[in-house]
Amino acid sequence: MIDGASSPPADLPGLEPAWSRLVSVADTSGRAHIWHLLDSWSGRLPSDSRQPTVTVLCVHGNPTWSYLWRGLLATAPRDWRVVAPDQLGMGYSEHPDGARTLDERVRDLDALTATLGITGPVVTVAHDWGGPISLGWAAEHRDQLCGVVLTNTAVHQPANTRGPAVIRLAHLPGVRQTVCARTSMFVRGTTALSRPALPGEVRAAFAAPYAHPRRRQAVADFVADIPFGARHPSHLRLQQIAKATCELEVPALLLWGPRDLVFGQPYLDDLQQRMPQAQVHRYEQASHLVPEDAPHYAADVTQWIADLDAFGGEAPAPRANTNGTATGARTLWQQLEARAEDASAAVVEVGGQTATWANLARQVRDVAAGLVAAGVRPGDRVALLVPPSVDLTTAVYAVWRAGGVVVIADKGLGLRGMGRALRGARVAHVIGTAQGLAAARVMRLPGTRIVAGDGVLAGIGGVGRTAAWPIVSKYRHDKYRHEPGTVTMSGLARRGRSSLTPPPPVGDDECAVVFTSGATGPAKGVVYRHRQVAAQLDLIAATYTLRPDDRIVAAFAPFALYGPGLGIASAVPDIDVTAPASLTAAALADAVEAVDATVVFASPAALRSVHASAGELSASQRQSLQRVRLLMSAGGPVPAPLLRSLQEVLPAAEAHTPYGMTEALPVTDISLVEIEAAGTGNGVCVGWPLPSVEVAVSSVSEADDGDLTTAPDVTGEICVRAAHVKDRYDSLWATERASGRNRGWHRTGDVGHLDADGRLWVEGRLQHVLRTAAGVLTPVGLEQRVEATAPVRAAAAVGVGPAGAQQVVVVVVPAEGLRRRSSPLATPALADTVRRAAGVPLAAVLVVSELPVDLRHASKVDRGTIARWAGRVLAGRPS
Amino acid sequence: MRVLVTGATGMLGRGVASALLRRGDEVTVLQRRPSGLACGEVLGDVADSAVVAHAAARQDAVVHLAAKVDVVGRWADYARVNIEGTRAVLEACRAGGVGRLVHVSSPAVAHAGNPLVGVGAEPADPQRARGHYARSKAVAELEVLAADSQRLAVLCIRPHLVWGPGDTQLVARIVSRARAGRLPLIGSGAALIDTTYVSNAVDALVAALDADLHGEALVVSNGEPRPVAEILSRLCAAAGAPLPRGRLPVASARLAGAGVEAAWALLDRRDAPPLTRFLVEQLSTAHWFDQRRTRQALAWTPQVGLEQGFAELASWYTADSDPGPSGSRDA
Repeated sequence: MIDGASSPPADLPGLEPAWSRLVSVADTSGRAHIWHLLDSWSGRLPSDSRQPTVTVLCVHGNPTWSYLWRGLLATAPRDWRVVAPDQLGMGYSEHPDGARTLDERVRDLDALTATLGITGPVVTVAHDWGGPISLGWAAEHRDQLCGVVLTNTAVHQPANTRGPAVIRLAHLPGVRQTVCARTSMFVRGTTALSRPALPGEVRAAFAAPYAHPRRRQAVADFVADIPFGARHPSHLRLQQIAKATCELEVPALLLWGPRDLVFGQPYLDDLQQRMPQAQVHRYEQASHLVPEDAPHYAADVTQWIADLDAFGGEAPAPRANTNGTATGARTLWQQLEARAEDASAAVVEVGGQTATWANLARQVRDVAAGLVAAGVRPGDRVALLVPPSVDLTTAVYAVWRAGGVVVIADKGLGLRGMGRALRGARVAHVIGTAQGLAAARVMRLPGTRIVAGDGVLAGIGGVGRTAAWPIVSKYRHDKYRHEPGTVTMSGLARRGRSSLTPPPPVGDDECAVVFTSGATGPAKGVVYRHRQVAAQLDLIAATYTLRPDDRIVAAFAPFALYGPGLGIASAVPDIDVTAPASLTAAALADAVEAVDATVVFASPAALRSVHASAGELSASQRQSLQRVRLLMSAGGPVPAPLLRSLQEVLPAAEAHTPYGMTEALPVTDISLVEIEAAGTGNGVCVGWPLPSVEVAVSSVSEADDGDLTTAPDVTGEICVRAAHVKDRYDSLWATERASGRNRGWHRTGDVGHLDADGRLWVEGRLQHVLRTAAGVLTPVGLEQRVEATAPVRAAAAVGVGPAGAQQVVVVVVPAEGLRRRSSPLATPALADTVRRAAGVPLAAVLVVSELPVDLRHASKVDRGTIARWAGRVLAGRPS
Repeated sequence: MRVLVTGATGMLGRGVASALLRRGDEVTVLQRRPSGLACGEVLGDVADSAVVAHAAARQDAVVHLAAKVDVVGRWADYARVNIEGTRAVLEACRAGGVGRLVHVSSPAVAHAGNPLVGVGAEPADPQRARGHYARSKAVAELEVLAADSQRLAVLCIRPHLVWGPGDTQLVARIVSRARAGRLPLIGSGAALIDTTYVSNAVDALVAALDADLHGEALVVSNGEPRPVAEILSRLCAAAGAPLPRGRLPVASARLAGAGVEAAWALLDRRDAPPLTRFLVEQLSTAHWFDQRRTRQALAWTPQVGLEQGFAELASWYTADSDPGPSGSRDA
C-alpha cells in the first residue's frame, strides 16, 4: 500500500486526528483517487445540514503537506469550514502513477471541491507552489471567491531573476532525482531553514509521509513541473494564471517571510503589482515556512477573513489616519520659499559647510527638478543614506518637493536591521554618500543610485560631510565620484536648473517612511503623508512658541531635519550620529555657537554625556550655552535630576520633555517645573496632552474590550488621536489592524493613566505589564520606588511564569556594583531593602551589572530580555 | 461531622485532627503509634484492611494522610503503605458508607523532573514520576480519583513542601544538615520554590472537607515562591543554625546523587543519604504553582505568609531549645 492513501499517525504535534478524512474523487480522466485532507467539519453528522459561513481552502506547496495548516484549523471559528487537502502524490493522499502538471493539479483541486460540496463563499490560502494552483482554482470560481491569501509564493519570474537559485539547482534532472526522491535532502532541508529552528518533532511530522523514495517521487515531479522555460508544458498555464491574478479584484492578503532564500522580495513586488489592492504583512523574522515561523499568521488570517465585509468581496476599509484631512494650506517647504532671498544661515554643519536660506531654497528647487528629470516619479520611495548634514537636509526637502517619499532608517538598527527595513520598504532610489552607497550594496538595496556628499553647494563653501559610513575605502569614494555616468546631487542640481519646476505634491500624498527603534522587536516602517508632517511641524512650532529668530541645535531625529520646515536656522553638531552619548558639552557648545542657538534638543543619553563632560567647557563655550532659552529631551524616560543637573550648563534654558513615539510626536509635554510639581506617582508624569491632541486609555484589566476612556486613574494602553499621528504601518497589515483597532486612534503600546488634573502618567510598555494572580501591575512606578533607595542604581520589574499567575521579580544594578559574580541573587540585605521599597510581594531580587537598553536612544530598558533571563535563572536553568 | 484522620502522628495529620476537634467535629485518628490527641483512636497499620474498615465504620468523612514519605527504601514498602493502604481506605469508605474522602497527595505525582513554573495540577503520571515515593503516590491518586462517585465524593489535595514548628521532615533535616556543615547550595540557588506553612495546609484540608466539589486534584501552597537559597537561609536562621555554605555545580551534584543512590541500594541502607538525584532536582529546579484554581475551588487563602511563618518557627525553636543544649533535636 505504499502508493495508497492513509491517515497520518495520530500523535503528530498540533494535529487533531479528528480533522483527517479520506475522500474518493474522480479526476478529469474519470479515474478515482483517494485524497487525504484535513477538514475542520469532519466530525459533522451527515444529518447536519448547516452551511459554513465561509470555507477556507488551504493549498500547501512542495514538499510539505496539509500539516502546514494545522494552526489555521485550530484557530478559525467553528462556523467556518477549513479544508486543507494533501495534493495527489503528496502527504497522505494517494500517489497516482506519473507526474501531474500544473493544469492537472488545478483540475484535481476543482474536482475535490466539487466532491466535497463546497458551494458557498470561499477564501483561498496558499503557500509556495500551492499559490499558482490556488489562484488557478480562484480564477475559475469567481462567483464563490471572496478573498485570496498568499504566502511566499510566485506566479511569475520577475525580470532579472532567473528563478529561485536553489530551485533552479534542484531542477537539473540529475540533481533533482537525487535531492528530491532518492534522498530526503529536499524534504528535510525545507524545514531546516527556520531560525529559531523548528522543534524536532515538528520537522519529523513534515517528513513523516515522505519516508520512502517512492513516496518522494511526487516531490521530484513537482519540482520538475516548475516552468523555467517557455517550452515547458506548464509554462502557458502559469502565464494564464499570472494574467488571471491581475484580474481577480478580490481582497487579497500577502503574508511574507522576508528571510526566504527561495522567494525573495522581487516575488512579493510582483504579486503586489498584480494585486494592487492586496494588503501586505511582512513577518520580519520568518523565512520560507511562514506558517511555522510566524504561528501568529493563523490569528491574522482569521482576523482578515472576519473583516471581509459579510464576505461580499469588499476590501476592509482603510483604517489609516484621516484626522485633520482638511488642512493643506501648508507645504513642508513653504518657509524655504518665504525666505528665498534671505542671506542668513539656514543650516550650519559644525566644521563643514553652511547653507543660507537662499542657497537652500534654490538647491532644493533645483535638485527636486533634477530628481524628476532623472526619473523619480511621484510616490517613489527614496532611501537616504546620508549623515545629518546640509546635503541630507537638501535631499529630504528636494525629494518632498519632487513628490517622492523619503525612507530614513537609523543606523542604530545595525547594518542587518537597516537592510531588512530598507529592502522591505521597496525603495526605488538610493541617495547616499559614497560610504552610504557602499552600505547600500552590502545591504543589497534595489534602485538607482545618487551620490551625495560631493558638495552639493560646491562653490559656496566646504565639502560635504563624509563621516560615519565605515564600510567603504577612500578608493571607492573616489571611484564613485569619478565614474562616468554617476548621478550626483550636484549634477542633479545642475540638470534641474534647466528643467521645469515639478508640480508640487498635495497633502494626501505620502512623504516619508521612518522606522521605530526596534527596541521592542524588529523595526517597523511608519508611513506619513505630507499633511501629517505639516501638522507635526505646526504643533511643534506652536507648543514651543518657535519664532523665525529662534535657532536650534537638534541631536535627535527627526528634529535635526526640521529647521527649514519650522522656518528656523539649525546647526548639526559634529558627533557620531549612531552614538547619542558622543555629544560632549564642548561639541554642543560649538554647535550652539555656530548658529547662536536658542533651542537645544537631545536624547537623555546625550544629555548625560553633556553633563558628564561639562568640566571641559571653556569660558566662551559656557557663554554660548547661557543664551539657550529652551532645552528639549525625548527618546526615553528623562529623569528630573538629569534635567536639573543641566541647569548648571544651560542656566537660562527652560527644560521640557515631550512625550511621543515614532508614530506620533509630540503627544504631551512637561517642563521641569511641572515635573517637580507633579511629585511621585504610579509611573512617569509626562504632562498634559498638547492642544488638538486627544489622549485616552484602553483598560488593561478588561479582556480586550477595546473601549477608550479618559476617566482618571484607569491604567490602560495609551491611545492617541491627532492630525500628526502616523498614516499607517508599512507592509504590516496585522500590526496596523491591531494599532488602529479604535478607528482614528493610534494604540501606542505604552501603558499609563490620566490623573484627576488631566496629566498623563506612563507606567511602561504593554508587553511589559505584569499579570499576577492579584491582578495587573505596571513596572515603572515599582521601579521608581526601588530606584529611590540608596543601594540601587537602576531597577527593572518583570514577571516570570505564565500570564495570570506571574510572580514579580525585580532586577537591580547595585549602586556599589557587583562584588560576587557567582550568584545572580541579591544579598539578603539588598533584597530586604528592595522588598520593603517595592510595596508588592517580590518572588526574588536579582542583580546585574547593567540593564540592557535600546541602541538608538540608549535609554529604553529592554524588559523583555531581562524577563527571559530572569525566567531562566529562576527556573534553575543556567543563565 | 464524624471524621477519620489517618496518619495523625505527622505534623500535618496532627494539625488537621486538632483543627477538626477545635471546631467541634467528632474525630477518630488511625496510625501505628499513639497520637496523644484527646479523641477517638485506632492503632494499627493503614494497609491492614480490617483495621481500616473498623476505623472508617460510621464515619461521615475520611482525611487520608498516612503514607511512607522518604527518599530511600524498597519499592515494596512504598507500594504496601501508599498503594495498598490507600486501597484499604477506599474499600473501607465504600463499605462503611463514608460520603467524602480527602486524599493527601503530592505535586511530585505529576513531576517528571523539569522545572515547574506556575503550573496547575497536572494529571498524576506513575510512569514519569521520580522515585518510589512519587510513583506510589501517583498510582494511589489515580485510584482515588477513579473511585469518585455519587456516593463517595473524593478530592485529592497536593500540599507542596509543608513546613512549620514541629516538622520532623523538611525543616529538621535541613537544620541538621546545616548544623553538620553539610548543606551546600546546588547551582545558583536561584530556582524559585513554593512552600506551604503548616497551618495553611491544615486550613486547606479542612476546606477540602467542606468544599462542594469532587473528583479533582488541587495543589496547595503558600503561593509565595522564593529562591531556594533564600528559603534555606531563612529556615536555618529561624532555627539558629548556620547558613548554607559552599556551592555545588548542578552536574556534579547530580552525579554525586546518582553515586550515593547506587551505594545506598547496594548496601540496603535505610538511613537518609546525604544526596540523591531527586534531592538535587528538588534543590536546583523551580517548583511553583498557579494557585488560582485551588483558591477559588476551596474558597481558601493562606492566612500565614512566609514572613510570619519564619517568625513562628523561630519562636518555636527558641522555646524548644531553651531547656536543653542546642542541637539536641537532631538525633
